[in-house]
Amino acid sequence: MTLSLHLWLIPVLCFLGFALNILGGRRWPRRVAGWIGVLFPAAAFADALYVASRWGSFAVPYIETHGAWILAGPLSVPFGFQLDQLSLVMLLVVTGVGLVIHVYSLGYMAHEGGFYRFFALMNLFLFFMLLLVLANNFLLMFIGWEGVGFASYILIGFFFHRDSAAAAGSKAFVTNRIGDVGFLIGLFLIFQHFHGFDFTRVFAQVRAMPVEHAWTGLLTVIGILLFIGATGKSAQLPLYVWLPDAMEGPTPVSALIHAATMVTAGVYMVARSAAIYDRAPLALSVVLAVGALTAIFAASIGLLQRDIKKVLAYSTISQLGYMFMACGAMVYGAGIFHLMTHAFFKGLLFLAAGSAIHALAGEQDMFRIRERVPDGLKKYAPITFWTFVVATCSIAGIPGFAGFFSKDKILYAVLSGPRPNAWWWAVGTIAAGMTSFYMFRALFVTFWPDPARRGAASADGPVRPTGQEPAGAVTHAIDAAGFGAGPVLPQPAHPQPHEGGPPHEAPAVMTIPMIILAVLAALGGYIGINDRFEKFLAPVFATGVTPAPHAAAMGEGAVMAISIAVALAGFALAWYFYLARPEAAARAKHALPKLWSAIYNKYWVDEVYGAVFTRPLAWFSRVVLWRIVDAGVIDGAVAAVGGISRSTGGGLRKQISGNIRSYAGWIGVGAVVAIFYMLVAR
Amino acid sequence: MANLHHTILSWIVFLPLIGIGVLLLLRSDRAARWAVLAFSLADLLLSLIPAFAYQAARPGYQFQQFLRWIPAFHIHYYLGVDGISLWLLPLTTLMTFIAVLASWKSAHQHGKAFFILLLLLTTGMLGAFASLDLFLFYVFWEVALVPMTLLIGIWGQHHRIRAALKFFLYTMTGSALMLVCIIWLYNLTGTFDFPVIRAGLASGMYHLSPAAAMWLFLGFFIAFAIKTPLFPFHTWLPDMYAEAPVAAVVLSAVMVKLGPYGLLRFNLALFPHAAARAAWVIVILGLIGLLYGGLVAFSQKSMKRLVAYGSVSHMGLIIVGVFTFTAIGAQGAVYQMLNHGIITGGLFILIGILYEQRHTDELSEFGGVAKVMPWFAGFFVLLMLASVGLPLLSGFVGEFLIMLGAFLAHHAFGIAAAAAIIVSALYLLKWTRATLWGEITQPANNALRDLDGREKLIFAVLGVLVIFMGLFSPLFLRKVQDSVAADLAPYAGAHPFGLQTNAAPVARPAIPFSRSRHMANTTAQPARRRAVTQAVANPNHRAEIPAPKPGDLAALALGGRR
Repeated sequence: MTLSLHLWLIPVLCFLGFALNILGGRRWPRRVAGWIGVLFPAAAFADALYVASRWGSFAVPYIETHGAWILAGPLSVPFGFQLDQLSLVMLLVVTGVGLVIHVYSLGYMAHEGGFYRFFALMNLFLFFMLLLVLANNFLLMFIGWEGVGFASYILIGFFFHRDSAAAAGSKAFVTNRIGDVGFLIGLFLIFQHFHGFDFTRVFAQVRAMPVEHAWTGLLTVIGILLFIGATGKSAQLPLYVWLPDAMEGPTPVSALIHAATMVTAGVYMVARSAAIYDRAPLALSVVLAVGALTAIFAASIGLLQRDIKKVLAYSTISQLGYMFMACGAMVYGAGIFHLMTHAFFKGLLFLAAGSAIHALAGEQDMFRIRERVPDGLKKYAPITFWTFVVATCSIAGIPGFAGFFSKDKILYAVLSGPRPNAWWWAVGTIAAGMTSFYMFRALFVTFWPDPARRGAASADGPVRPTGQEPAGAVTHAIDAAGFGAGPVLPQPAHPQPHEGGPPHEAPAVMTIPMIILAVLAALGGYIGINDRFEKFLAPVFATGVTPAPHAAAMGEGAVMAISIAVALAGFALAWYFYLARPEAAARAKHALPKLWSAIYNKYWVDEVYGAVFTRPLAWFSRVVLWRIVDAGVIDGAVAAVGGISRSTGGGLRKQISGNIRSYAGWIGVGAVVAIFYMLVAR
Repeated sequence: MANLHHTILSWIVFLPLIGIGVLLLLRSDRAARWAVLAFSLADLLLSLIPAFAYQAARPGYQFQQFLRWIPAFHIHYYLGVDGISLWLLPLTTLMTFIAVLASWKSAHQHGKAFFILLLLLTTGMLGAFASLDLFLFYVFWEVALVPMTLLIGIWGQHHRIRAALKFFLYTMTGSALMLVCIIWLYNLTGTFDFPVIRAGLASGMYHLSPAAAMWLFLGFFIAFAIKTPLFPFHTWLPDMYAEAPVAAVVLSAVMVKLGPYGLLRFNLALFPHAAARAAWVIVILGLIGLLYGGLVAFSQKSMKRLVAYGSVSHMGLIIVGVFTFTAIGAQGAVYQMLNHGIITGGLFILIGILYEQRHTDELSEFGGVAKVMPWFAGFFVLLMLASVGLPLLSGFVGEFLIMLGAFLAHHAFGIAAAAAIIVSALYLLKWTRATLWGEITQPANNALRDLDGREKLIFAVLGVLVIFMGLFSPLFLRKVQDSVAADLAPYAGAHPFGLQTNAAPVARPAIPFSRSRHMANTTAQPARRRAVTQAVANPNHRAEIPAPKPGDLAALALGGRR
């Protein structure tokens, strides 16, 4: 064991970037703060590449520990890092995509206040994310888990002067914490039964356990509790509500945290715990069901959103659902594959959307973008446009693009994998059709010339809901507690040197990162040809459970054909409604006004949560606990006792009337008398 | 060095008194505050000596000093620390130093008397943490009470007299009960010497009926529960936080540690059976306090009261940790005592900085402060995160250990405790949002000035400490471990919540600490003390011990020690 990879260095590099900028960045010129903010992640990426280049020269999993973090009684938790196939993939994705987005931010944030703060916090996020993926035990992973939650909170609220941003940040943190209670209790159970948190130690004992078929089985309970944590972090039903609001953050934050990396932490955690889930088929069923339902639920909301970032947010929720479907179907490798391709194409979608928003000085409403650029944004921002096209094709599952490979693998595995289920496959396939529709809709509306201007229909009519304000002003019931969804506001405060002039293409510092991601989003899928990617990951997921083989319900070719057909159908419908026949969309809306309204208003989930949980809790806290119990009952009782003693103890009143100085004397006198009595009385 | 070993605790405890003496000689307030600063810094440095020199592996109390004080009543000046009290001394001196810095500017309004009381308060707390004689403990406990009351009553806000009285009467009620219990124990054992009483009770030499033990337990318990304060004895705290000057609250955040400290030191060690029987109720009170305090904090409109109820919540969790009777939970409680003292003190100084400039702490008066006070906002967020229990900051370690211990004791406890992480996020984030974020709505807030150098120093110290304690908890916990284990040893066989000790070992094999005293200090011990300690070390010889008779106890005590 002479070799040491010094894995600790990778997160610590990012932390140094944070520390330097947060302490000194305010005094330095932007250029310095920007360089620091980019160079440290670059160094981390280089280190990750170095580690990858040494692959094969060390035993896998490679583990290094650096002293103890917590010691108490039988509990001992080291600062321990682990590298295996799974963490290597995550490491490269996080540092690689992270670096690209940092570079992009140099351009995107160039005109914003708090430049140094932005880079400091982005580096801090990378630090926590890298801890999460490199940890060799559950508790260290929990540091990263909570830490990325904090980074997300503070970056969502980056434009902190906007109340909606501050509210969205708080909502994200609190919602995540609800999930974390489950995660924490799962950790407690793990410690109680396996006497430690180390992955190797826990999983070695788990491997000796049989497959469980009862809801009360230990592994089933642990699996479900950990998954509750994942529903918070990875924005699944029912805790997904924070992610759409998180779009209040600057767009690079959405790209890095709320698309490419942090939200996938739940998927990583479930895949990491494969040994547990493989022995808890009921927990797997929960994962599969929640994933599939989330996939279709979020995709359906995405169908009708006007804010381009909201579309992408619901899309992210939906795509995360696919990853959990893969885990639930016991094909973790496919889930991680989709995680990786998703990091490419969704990161890119956000960057390209950010570029479009940037070009229009903060406008996020797709239909207003089209209004303001009647002859089509694609003409003015060709790189943005083409990269957006690539990413859209990738996520929609157009054959040949990265997203096609990974999504198809998941759908096929759900239908004919180790735990085949035709129903969930159907759900996933329909959601895939929706995905194709809403993404092409976004593409057409944002970048194409307005078909209405060609005299087809009234301007913007088809999509603006009758009797409702445009999305930009939709008011959500901001609940009494103050954690409700704020109204959708445009990205703020780009000091707008380009306002008034025609929209323009982004500078190279933004387009080059987009091009890099576009290449990956287009070609990244070929790494998985012949299951190479999954075979690479297989040792991590070899947990000793081999499900009984099933006859495939359908050939892979047939499944693929259906997927392609669905993707093309989504494309065709979007083309029909938003380019060819815009008046058809209006007719569709008027035909189904209730459904339209339900989807447009996101099924009123935020409003229901506010009415059922948040407001009653706030009322209970304020009225029942504070005013009635605390001020009324408890303090009242104390006052009553005080009153009684005062009225009965007339002679003592002098002593209690405020001369505090004499009290000490009385205590001493009393004590001496009491002791004297004790001795003499004997 | 050996000499220093035996007197270091006295130096630490009484250095503030020497400071008072110097202060009385000084004329100008300006010189006075520098003198106070110097003395508090010196005491801080001094108190680090035992913290570093303490040997974790050696059982029993260290740095002991024993002097006869009032022989007629067997009252002795007897100091010593173990892992439970060890870190509370530097916590006290550190927060005194911080409190002096925090009240630097108000010194000319407050004058010398303010600092004299501050130093007296410090001596009282330090003495109480270091006392191993019950009477001495009681004296220091009361010594701490009076200056605190005066600090509130003289330099507080509008309703200061009411708050001071409420604080005083509450605490006095507990003190009186505790005094009765101490005298009862003296009556039973003929001594105030805590290790002797403990060993004697544990060995069965002093017989205490279960009912009597329960009464004694309750007497001590109520005193400490009020001090903590544990729900439902907590209503003095919000009033006090709202009215008291900043320095008093900072030190109060240390003083309340006397509650859980006393429970660990006296209740658990002296009355294990009663503690086990009452544990259910106490843990549930702690859990109620934890969730209730957090939820009530969520509804507060004043920052000071918000922090006060947050304190009730955190202290409830500490009590839960103590009464889980698990090594993990109890160590977490000890660690959380330190964290809570630092974090709450820091948060309150932050409020003080706003209050000093705006003369209000209403949440609705603020908002957007981050814009004009970036340094303030940075430290605010850091301390808020430590309080909310973000991993890698100090609050997480203690909180996690307590919750894990509670879960091991009983799943329901752990689940209820874990739910508190939502509640703490609710009220702390609401506070942060109302203070720092948003647009500036009150024009007066545009004129707020950011931290000056002195304030930056305060928060740099606290901030570094919060990070350091979050990263390197073993440095602290290693020295706590064995003392907590010894305290929990009586519960190893019969855990009150039926915890299987093989599933999660509760404690290491108990080493009666009296044996270590015996080894360390045999020649100085009176015959009776020796007999008791020998009996504990070797139960077979119990028959040889003379039964306690008050008459000869005095003679023994008189003859034994120099």
